[in-house]
Amino acid sequence: MSMISDFLIGFGLSPVLANVVVITIQILVVTICVILAVAFSTYFERKIIGHMQGRMGPNRVGPLGLLQPFADVIKLLIKEVVIPTRSNRFLFVIAPLLSIVPALATWAVIPLTENFVIADINAGLLYVLALTSMGVYGVILAGWATNSKYAFLGAMRSAAQIVAYEIAMGFALVGVLMASGSLNLGDIVRAQAGGFSNWFLIPLLPLFVVYFISGVAETNRAPFDVAEGESEIVAGFHVEYSGVAFAVFFLAEYANMILIAALTSIFFLGGWASPFEGWTLLGGEDSLLRAPSFFWLAAKISFFMIVFFWFRATFPRYRYDQIMRLGWKVFIPITLIWIVVEGVMAWLEIGPWAA
Amino acid sequence: MDRVKSFFKTYSLWELGKGLSVTLRNFFRTPTTIRYPEEKTPQSVRFRGLHALRRYPNGEERCIACKLCEAVCPALAITIESDVGEDGTRRTTRYDIDLFKCIYCGFCEEACPVDAIVETRIHEYHMEAPGENIMTKDKLLAIGDKFDAMISADKAADAKYK
Repeated sequence: MSMISDFLIGFGLSPVLANVVVITIQILVVTICVILAVAFSTYFERKIIGHMQGRMGPNRVGPLGLLQPFADVIKLLIKEVVIPTRSNRFLFVIAPLLSIVPALATWAVIPLTENFVIADINAGLLYVLALTSMGVYGVILAGWATNSKYAFLGAMRSAAQIVAYEIAMGFALVGVLMASGSLNLGDIVRAQAGGFSNWFLIPLLPLFVVYFISGVAETNRAPFDVAEGESEIVAGFHVEYSGVAFAVFFLAEYANMILIAALTSIFFLGGWASPFEGWTLLGGEDSLLRAPSFFWLAAKISFFMIVFFWFRATFPRYRYDQIMRLGWKVFIPITLIWIVVEGVMAWLEIGPWAA
Repeated sequence: MDRVKSFFKTYSLWELGKGLSVTLRNFFRTPTTIRYPEEKTPQSVRFRGLHALRRYPNGEERCIACKLCEAVCPALAITIESDVGEDGTRRTTRYDIDLFKCIYCGFCEEACPVDAIVETRIHEYHMEAPGENIMTKDKLLAIGDKFDAMISADKAADAKYK
């Protein structure tokens, strides 16, 4: 990236302006990649769930149905956005934007490789926590502005659910923080370098499970999709949304899924690090399998995305009170206990925290 | 003891894992679905699809207007009017099957003493205008002529089970 920056300065641009241009390019690249990933994850979701149900999934548009997401996008773009008469117009229109912006903005601090991160800030973890919590505003405002009882119910459910699981998620991240000793996402990954056995996945297994399941709940995905619950409250908060406005909600949901997958990989599976670091059997230092690269992060993200789809194909929707019970009475105690265990182990210098 | 067992079962997510294993096994199974217009499922020679009226090899209509099919039809889909033909034999002047009424039970085929009315294996057909659902005698004979080879082969294959 400094290459482009130097090139622009060579053209007579001031260093500040050159920096702005470079950052804009970086933001565009990441955003477009995320949006493309969203498009194809909808395709793979339908394909994977289809196969799990003995079907084939989309296979008509383009080779193997690979152009299906573009057909869907074009369909949604040319549809009319219907705004209900008794709704709050301003909030109705702004709600989808409020849910997409945090989902994309969080990518600013996600380190994609050793050297590439848009904003390498020290309080990255706090930034992530703050922005992922912001996403619920879009849902609540959509539910409220629609002026429909189903949308309102969906919004209320979503709000309660996200508040409950945010706590468990936060506590799980406290464990990561204690293990890595840093709030910077890049440093968290570097603390896990050195192959599979150094990943936080192993010492923090309960926190990993809690974090990922809370992540599923946080993104309102099955089996925690009571906010949408098409069999009970039609489509929940986005019941009156159509066309582009609906597409934006859809985009936000999948962008959040990819984000949770990326964060789980970074916090517990060593982000861009290879699981085979130091395995001399697999060739030299720079071989694809051994060297840390974006390939490994992408592989880990894809794995968690598949798990998201797998959950959706497997589990029936939780009842609302069961979700609350799981969040407050199971996950929060588990995380608290494991933080204490971790603290005691670090204090007595046992296990991976001996240093 | 049971409480301890259930405690471990709950916290090890045992039941959820079992559910996931079921879906994973199904994921690697070949899908039951086929790519329909390109691939088709095997069809029995007894398949009951679109109707046809057959002729004898010399071109003479088989139907003798006995009206047994009209009588046996549970959906009252068949309408027959008859008269004496040019050669002095008994012939239908009208033989209509309403495809909207027909339930494709095959009783007409079974009732026919001369194997005139048959149900072919054709199942991919459609109507584009009101009234096309009425299969007239001409249309039925035309189908019989066009698919004679297929119909004869199917009847021959099925004959030994009758």
